Amino acid sequence: MEALLKLEGVTMDFGGLRAVNNFNIEIRKGELVGLIGPNGAGKTTVFNMITGVYVPTAGRIYFDGEDITGKSTNYIISRGIARTFQNIRLFKELTVLDNVMTSFHYQLKSNIFKAVFRSPGYREEEKRMVEEARDLLSKLGLLEYEDFIAGGLPYGQQRRLEIARALATHPKLLLLDEPAAGMNPQETQDLMDFIRMIRDEFGLTIFLIEHDMKVVMGICERIRVLDHGISIAEGPPEAIQKNPKVIEAYLGEAEE
Amino acid sequence: MDLTGFLQQLANGISLGSLYALVAIGYTMVYGIIRLINFAHGDIMMMGCYFAYFGILMFHLPWEISWIIAVVLTALLGVLTYVGAYRPLRRAPRISALITAIGVSFFLESIALVVYGGRPKAFPRPHVFDIEMNIKGVYMVSFTIWIPIIAGILLVGLIYLIYKTKTGMAMRAVATDLETTSLMGVNVDKVISITFAVGSALAAAGGIMWAVKFPQINPYMGIMPGLKAFIAAVFGGIGNVFGAMLGGFILGMAEILIVAFMPQIAGYRDAIAFSLLIIILLFKPTGLLGESMKEKV
Amino acid sequence: MERELILQKRKRLRIALNVIFLALFFLFLSKADDFLDPYFIRILNVSAVYTTMAMAYNLVNGTLGQFMLGPNAFIALGAYTVALLTMPVQKKALAFIIEPLIWPLNSICLPFLPALILAGIIGAIAAYLLGIPSFKLRGDYLAIVTLGFGEIMVVLASNLISITNGALGLKDIPGYVNLYWTWGWAFFTYFFMRWLRTSSYGRAFEAIREDEIAAEAVGIDIKKHKLLALTIAGFFLGVGGGLLASLLGTIDPKLFSFFFTFNLLIIIVLGGLGSFTGSAIAAFIFVLLSEMLRSVESPMNIGPFHIPGIPGMRMVVFSLLLIFMMLYWQRGLMGRKELSWDFIIDRIYPLKGVKDVGSATEA
Repeated sequence: MEALLKLEGVTMDFGGLRAVNNFNIEIRKGELVGLIGPNGAGKTTVFNMITGVYVPTAGRIYFDGEDITGKSTNYIISRGIARTFQNIRLFKELTVLDNVMTSFHYQLKSNIFKAVFRSPGYREEEKRMVEEARDLLSKLGLLEYEDFIAGGLPYGQQRRLEIARALATHPKLLLLDEPAAGMNPQETQDLMDFIRMIRDEFGLTIFLIEHDMKVVMGICERIRVLDHGISIAEGPPEAIQKNPKVIEAYLGEAEE
Repeated sequence: MDLTGFLQQLANGISLGSLYALVAIGYTMVYGIIRLINFAHGDIMMMGCYFAYFGILMFHLPWEISWIIAVVLTALLGVLTYVGAYRPLRRAPRISALITAIGVSFFLESIALVVYGGRPKAFPRPHVFDIEMNIKGVYMVSFTIWIPIIAGILLVGLIYLIYKTKTGMAMRAVATDLETTSLMGVNVDKVISITFAVGSALAAAGGIMWAVKFPQINPYMGIMPGLKAFIAAVFGGIGNVFGAMLGGFILGMAEILIVAFMPQIAGYRDAIAFSLLIIILLFKPTGLLGESMKEKV
Repeated sequence: MERELILQKRKRLRIALNVIFLALFFLFLSKADDFLDPYFIRILNVSAVYTTMAMAYNLVNGTLGQFMLGPNAFIALGAYTVALLTMPVQKKALAFIIEPLIWPLNSICLPFLPALILAGIIGAIAAYLLGIPSFKLRGDYLAIVTLGFGEIMVVLASNLISITNGALGLKDIPGYVNLYWTWGWAFFTYFFMRWLRTSSYGRAFEAIREDEIAAEAVGIDIKKHKLLALTIAGFFLGVGGGLLASLLGTIDPKLFSFFFTFNLLIIIVLGGLGSFTGSAIAAFIFVLLSEMLRSVESPMNIGPFHIPGIPGMRMVVFSLLLIFMMLYWQRGLMGRKELSWDFIIDRIYPLKGVKDVGSATEA
């Protein structure tokens, strides 16, 4: 079966620094794949290239059969990729509900005048957006916070909200950037169940960057390891855990 | 235009360019160190003029003494604006600092208006700058020669300060990486204050000599030169002292020569400068000698 | 669903309160001519025009969060448009003594409303054109570039003598405006902005303000939306300029210098960046304060004492005010909140949760 996401020979140079070197990967629909590696290995850079924040210096990126290399971020989102960020980027001063509703905006059909003057068509759209947003929040256990200011939420709920907002764009592929960062063991366990749940509930394909090995080994079906921009290993969790090159890459980091 | 006419305008351009360079340095140093566009810098220059003016006319000091005191006072004023208005906002979003700078600018202008009065005053030009000269048919007043000389001396002094002294090294360090430098025990606050002092002193020098060249001073005299010096700093590469010097000279020359060759667009003089700014920012925001900075995602 | 019902009731109550308020306000205006001093009427008119302009400016600087310093350009365009289109042909011929006014302006004379709408449209077009290059930049650089455009506009106004009459300016602009015009537009602008902000587009603008990168990540086309906000602001700023021209009766290029921007800046900061009612309140305070300080600037006789006037005190006060606010009171009067009927509505139909008016559900 054709891959949902395919990166071919993707390379990223920043001036003289090569952050990612000849990265290739194929992710099929429904998979839950992990991307790990020491700090600075280039993982977020890979995500940034997929979502159009950076244009790769070389190589191509294909999504759902389409070449999306170098396209604008909002176009890529509209094709069905969504992401979260390493340092949560919520719209802090907006309400929880509003945060989710922003994801529907790009799908809005009404133009600005219809929106401002509340045409029947717009009101219908708004009503559906509110319903769907609340439904989503409910599924993610956030409905009780719907009118709260996002910045005031506890950390764990903020992470969930960011994921909820990503889900609201109706993605086929979800990129999660260190979703477990800053979480205690209980929260981490909840997160793992949560990720499994949304994958099943929403029929998603998930590509995940993570440092927390419990999460990675616990939920990923397949893991790719990146070190200094180069892919050094790939395989199921058990194999990666024992892979000497991987161990050395991480130990090397511990030594530095 | 014949050769003598051209040489005359060239001389004009060089002296104007020196003035812009002196003022531009203050902008670029402050931006380099705390990423603030000090809107009030042109008004600092204006204050320098007025301090010198009052030194001579009210306190009857010899002009050399008056000028030096004016420069020192202006340096102190610059530090005062930092301590009073900008330092408290060190952690605030940059836009807040910019708005505050706009406020300080208008404040200095309005205080000058209230205290000094709105009527333009005649700045006393010391005799040594007032000697009429004729060099091979090119007619000029001696200040045209003196201004680049004095500017040159000050600039050399500045280069020495920045590259050959410990203070200068500290300034360069803070401009490169403020956090790390402060972690290494450098009193960052003091370094920034010194930067403001030096930048303001140079602006005062530039302002005083501006008043020598154009002897009419008024509370709003700093606005246009200030903006143009800023444009020069951006053109040369904001944050880069050599860039400011280069930009200042180029802008001064361009302004004189363009109007000399095309007098019909003299009214659009200021618009030319602004258009230049817009073009630089759109096509090469780092200017001639600057470096780019990207945002981390 | 229970929440649905509460929201509906709140909405109905709000509409009712708004209608009552508007009715009372316009009733007040209709009586104003009779019992109010012309001096105070002028203050009301000027406040209304400044309110319109401040709210438009706030849309870009506050709601969208993109700091631009060039509103004076669009105001100038609007003012000159209305002036040139509504002045009688003979008056124009008399006024343009250095260079004659170009065709077709020299033979056109339009009624007020079309001229005003055109002023808005020209402001909008100019804003769009200005935005295209400007929004390639952010932060300080965006501010400076837009300031530059504003200054260029003033230079153009001073030099294109065959269009603007240059430094001589234009006099005898027909005074069509009255309290209904100014406050009518002020309210229209307010409701437009308010409804815009509580619509999906308003959320998009605020998302851009909060975090541009995240906004992109939810599919929002940043460039397009920034231009949209600026264009709308340009329209209302142009209209404001047109109203101002008709109100003052006289305009010249110096009126639209950066100084004008500075005044609007003080107003929106004082009112609260992102609050439209804040801008309205602040505009009124600003105009009032200006007038009060104007009296400080001229000499006064209080009993046996003669106090000499201090010209320029207004600017001292306003600039200190701005500095003070930036240091200690950045939120301004209203912060991002809007003055609303919530203090009444919350008592009658409360809604749980800590929220801010302007959320998705409350229009």
